Amino acid sequence: MFKRLSLPDAPAQKTVIVYFDGRQVTAQDGDTIAAALLSAGVEACRTTPVSGSPRGPYCMMGVCFECLVEVDDIPNVQGCQVLVKDGMQIRSQHGARRLG
Amino acid sequence: MKIYDFAVVGGGLVGSAIAYGLAKAGHRVAVLDEGDVAYRASRGNFGLVWVQGKGLEIPSYSQWSMSSASLWPSLSEELWELTEVATQHQAPGGVHLCYSHKEMELRQADLTSLAKATGGQFDFAMLDHEQLREMIPEIGESVTGASWSRWDGHANPLYLLRGLHAGFLRCGGTFLPGSKVHRVQQNGGSFVIEREGERVLAERVVLAAGLGNRLLAPQVGLHAPLVPNRGEILVTERMRPLLNLPTTYLRQTGEGSILMGDSHEDVGFDEGTETPVLSHIAQRAVRALPALANTRIVRTWGALRVMTPDGYPLYQASLSHPGAFVACCHSGVTLAAAHAKRLAPWIAGDSLPSEIAPFTAERFDVQTVIPA
Repeated sequence: MFKRLSLPDAPAQKTVIVYFDGRQVTAQDGDTIAAALLSAGVEACRTTPVSGSPRGPYCMMGVCFECLVEVDDIPNVQGCQVLVKDGMQIRSQHGARRLG
Repeated sequence: MKIYDFAVVGGGLVGSAIAYGLAKAGHRVAVLDEGDVAYRASRGNFGLVWVQGKGLEIPSYSQWSMSSASLWPSLSEELWELTEVATQHQAPGGVHLCYSHKEMELRQADLTSLAKATGGQFDFAMLDHEQLREMIPEIGESVTGASWSRWDGHANPLYLLRGLHAGFLRCGGTFLPGSKVHRVQQNGGSFVIEREGERVLAERVVLAAGLGNRLLAPQVGLHAPLVPNRGEILVTERMRPLLNLPTTYLRQTGEGSILMGDSHEDVGFDEGTETPVLSHIAQRAVRALPALANTRIVRTWGALRVMTPDGYPLYQASLSHPGAFVACCHSGVTLAAAHAKRLAPWIAGDSLPSEIAPFTAERFDVQTVIPA
């Protein structure tokens, strides 16, 4: 659904490998988690607390909280506000987080 | 030009509850609301429907609060039926946390005298740490115990405000947002309410403009010596249910976020936030519920309480300008049901609810005692 645009004169970015629900995802250095997931064809990364319906990254600017994921065991992380790092383990956020 | 039965100045929780009560009783009512430049305490509050501990100096305030708490379920239900806006009202009881045996003793003494002063109507229980942990499994070890009262509960204040506005409109009310009222005059039997580019005529006028009442009340022979008092609030990310009943400064909302707050700051009209205050609120919350240490705060804000010199409400009918009323308080959520169902009928001509007889402005006058 999404295609990476190649900008003229943009320096080539280093490849970064992350994992989404155990599956290997190839991203570029400087991608946010949300951008990396969208470019890898992931449309849903969480389910809502009440109805359990699927949601995916939407506003890409930290406002809508639709892109919540678990990152290296930390729940409710806004995927559009965190940059990918090599080896990052990203998981779907199912419903509201549990404390403890 | 249309003459309304009532003009309510102020579209916050106090004005909206009164206007809703009046419109529901069949009166033709206009609400004049300033707009988003106003201080808007109703958009910044915490959402407790709270009784315990209120009214130590004036016990009828406890009775007024209990009356409202009792009427809350029917208000919430009728707003739902009329507008399909759910206030998320719940009354599971509430707790006030104590951190030492000394604090427990003082709390018990205060609430015992309140129970006596209300003829036993207000009731409560003191809980030790173990009893409290049965109610709140995540409670911190440093919490000694708590006072619990069945009278307490909470609601979503924004949905309450939206429900009151929608209910008011459904009952035929007229909502006039846009600018600040700067003049209220009595002209013959009726009132002329003036604001930029507009005059609204009404048989009677209710001043419910929060801190704005300070300047409006004297124009109709009333006195509203109000001062702002700032409270700051932090809200966390949404979480699964963790805290199933409200405390004085922590509650979990219907959406799962946890609100923490209750600072009391004398900073004039500054609605901002300050990191040391926010930090103190957060530390206190973590002390109460240690599991909160790893949660994310998603938003913070400050809002100004509408305080009279003694903190109690002000309800008064003008003697010099018959038909003019003033209503202000800082507990617009708790008292919403009493304002809609008991204060509004009084404004429309019924007898004064006995609990609010003490809440006129004369109590702020210079008091003298002549020695015997």
